[in-house]
Amino acid sequence: MPTTTTDESTAIAVSGLTKHYGRSRALDGLDLGVRTGEVHGFLGPNGAGKTTTIRILLGLLRADSGSAHLLGGDPWRDATSLHHRLAYVPGDVTLWPTLSGGEVIDLLGRLRGGIDPRRRAELLDRFDLDPGKKARTYSKGNRQKVGLVAALASDVELLVLDEPTSGLDPLMEEAFRECVREERRSGRTVLLSSHVLAEVEALCDRVTIVRDGRTVESGTLSELRHLTRTSISAELAGTGDGLAELSGVHDLSVDGDHVSCEVDSSALDAVLRQLGSIGVRSLTSRPPTLEELFLKHYEQSDGDRAVTR
Amino acid sequence: MTALSGTGALIRLVLRRDRVRIPVWVLGIAGTVLGSVSSFPAAYSDAASRQARAALMNNPATVIMTGPGYGLDHYTFGAMTANEMGGLTAVASALMSILLVVRHTRAEEESGRGDLVRAAVVGRHAATTAALVVVLGANVLLGAVIAAGLPTVLPALGAAGSLLFGASVTAVGAVFTGVAAVTAQVMEHSRAATGSAGALLATAFALRAAGDLGDGTLSWLSPIGWAQATRAYVDGRWWPLLPACALTALAVAAAYALRARRDEGAGLVRTRSARTSASARLNGAFGLALRLQRGLLAGWVLGFVVFGLFIGSMADQAASFVAENEMARRFFTRLGAGAATDALLATYMSLMAMVGTGYALQAVSLPRSEETAGHVEPLLGGTPLNRPRWLVGHLAATLLGSVLVVGLAGASAGLMFAATTGDVTAAAPVLLGALAHLPAVWVLVGVAVALFGLAPAAGGLVWAALAGVVFVGTFGPLLRLPEWVSNLSPFAHTPRLPGAEFTTTPLVVLTVLAVGLMVVGTTAFSRRDVG
Ligand SMILES: Nc1ncnc2c1ncn2[C@@H]1O[C@H](COP(=O)(O)OP(=O)(O)OP(=O)(O)O)[C@@H](O)[C@H]1O
Ligand SMILES: [Mg+2]
Repeated sequence: MPTTTTDESTAIAVSGLTKHYGRSRALDGLDLGVRTGEVHGFLGPNGAGKTTTIRILLGLLRADSGSAHLLGGDPWRDATSLHHRLAYVPGDVTLWPTLSGGEVIDLLGRLRGGIDPRRRAELLDRFDLDPGKKARTYSKGNRQKVGLVAALASDVELLVLDEPTSGLDPLMEEAFRECVREERRSGRTVLLSSHVLAEVEALCDRVTIVRDGRTVESGTLSELRHLTRTSISAELAGTGDGLAELSGVHDLSVDGDHVSCEVDSSALDAVLRQLGSIGVRSLTSRPPTLEELFLKHYEQSDGDRAVTR
Repeated sequence: MTALSGTGALIRLVLRRDRVRIPVWVLGIAGTVLGSVSSFPAAYSDAASRQARAALMNNPATVIMTGPGYGLDHYTFGAMTANEMGGLTAVASALMSILLVVRHTRAEEESGRGDLVRAAVVGRHAATTAALVVVLGANVLLGAVIAAGLPTVLPALGAAGSLLFGASVTAVGAVFTGVAAVTAQVMEHSRAATGSAGALLATAFALRAAGDLGDGTLSWLSPIGWAQATRAYVDGRWWPLLPACALTALAVAAAYALRARRDEGAGLVRTRSARTSASARLNGAFGLALRLQRGLLAGWVLGFVVFGLFIGSMADQAASFVAENEMARRFFTRLGAGAATDALLATYMSLMAMVGTGYALQAVSLPRSEETAGHVEPLLGGTPLNRPRWLVGHLAATLLGSVLVVGLAGASAGLMFAATTGDVTAAAPVLLGALAHLPAVWVLVGVAVALFGLAPAAGGLVWAALAGVVFVGTFGPLLRLPEWVSNLSPFAHTPRLPGAEFTTTPLVVLTVLAVGLMVVGTTAFSRRDVG
């Protein structure tokens, strides 16, 4: 057994991780915490450092500095014993062109100590995959399915999935979501890196957003929403005075008795009280959509990061 | 859009990708030839020493390695250059052509990048044409550098003869440019395309060797034979290059015709439908490594068994060559009866092992190509398979394969020799002569593994090391290289059987060295980043 450095409730604990490729910096003090039994979304724009982090967690790369713990062990030192307990699907499953999909699934399963033939057959059926074709003849989505079946067929504690559904059709995407839900029900932990926001919203308990090799946000989706602005538009009994003076109000436009603005969650209470004192005829408030939420985190420059901190 | 649209842009792409590779090939081959030739005056200062060298050309082992042997009565530097450098220089240009053509045709298609290119405004024949233009150009360049360089480094070599010598090197390169263009159409995988073109090159070499040892007829079936039939510096005949031009044109036409009939990415040899579950043998690193190099190993074993049978049957012919040839008889009476056949067999076992090292290096390059293709990630990142075990799996498959390739070649040569002479006991020494070279082969495998661990991007250097080993092994005596240079080659230390005495010490030392290099490589690989 690897030495236990974190308690049972933490599946992945990463802090201050840095990694350079030659002189270019891929990770710059990244933090990531995944609790045992949760489905954790790992998000960020292209080149943010998600795959690099995952490859460090798998013991393929060695971090320059910072600490990383996986299932209580050191991903570099204890790679062999840890890999008994995890399965991995890369975003671009590249297969040996001369092996068939079935052979790849069996090989990966055997390396992990055997594969349950019933589970294998069931997954092949659910993902509608023909295992009897040479890998080079598979379509992109079918290659991805080979990786998914190989990973899901193994009985492990942790699934590390790096954009696992790229190239899957909507039907198969649904089959994948159902599988992940089952995995969570049986107590497994999932780290899911994805650009499909609907998938993240449907599956993830908590998410971590990274950009430029650093963690910019981490929490449940509702916590994240809480950290961003709500759009408010209202018809008032009088003119919208006093709103501009409140802190946390942005993009305010007052047009007679009509006001609209963006409000920080922390200022919501004060704004509503002010509106109430003027008198409200109608009010609509809209929480940010997931897209707005993420775009904001993805786009924000170093200067205005403090806003959401 | 015509079938040739975009050829110009693709030519520039090929030149851009190979702006280092092509100059290295051309300068490597031409530099070796020119460097060797420039050392002739120092090594052979007078006519007597040249005539002594000419006498050696009556040794069947030398005949097989070099060529028909003409102008021996008055062995000038020109005759020496044409006789002893011509054949292997032609082989080198053919190898360059095969590797470059396949790299820019089938390998490109197989990688999937071909689709990306074809989707742009690029015609069906553009990729083939671009590869042909560049590789033929490289061959012309090679011929020109040699033709211009030879009289420069050694003025005794006339310009006319040098031009013919250079042209014959170009001609052989051109023929195999065409041959590789055809195999690249037929085979679905680049490795099979390279392998089958390489097998045709080996056949061409074997045909001319058999012909030169016999009455010369078989040599006329070989492009290398045509090149040597020009008799540069002695008779100066250009017409033997005509069949080379014709064969090149024919092969190129065949390649275009085949290309027009097939789908992008497909071969003409159909792939069979695959199995739905893995056989019991595919259960770990070793099983996977064996599975991945199955075709490679089968090709080499087949080629080498044929080669062994050929050598075994040839050895007896060598005895009759000695019996009929006055000078050869005199040469060999000094060495004792049976020495001619023994020397021939020993030389051949050594050559065979050096060429067979090519298999071992191809096999041991698999870990690197697995790594760059991204195949190791799910293995090493997602399963308990650890790095040393994965690499040792590939190594074990390579070492086993090298035993099979070299051993079966030795066994088939020995058995064939025993069968033709009717002496059953003759087989074992030949087999032993082959197996004795294995530790030397493994040293080069060790170098490859060490590079893989320490400097994976520089892995190609081991091929340069093999080229150096083959060079000192074949040209060392001709160039009278100092002993310490020849001794750098691991093959210089293996007992030459049959004939010489069997000693185990060098074999043990070489094996220990090989294992040491493999341990260094494996340890270094365990410490570096993957991917
Ligand atoms: N092998 C490599 N050599 C050099 N730089 C690399 C290498 N791999 C990744 N990088 C760089 O490291 C940074 C992080 O890359 P990474 O692949 O981790 O991003 P990602 O978050 O997974 O992006 P994506 O969403 O596009 O998959 C990028 O700037 C990338 O260019
Ligand atoms: Mg990525």
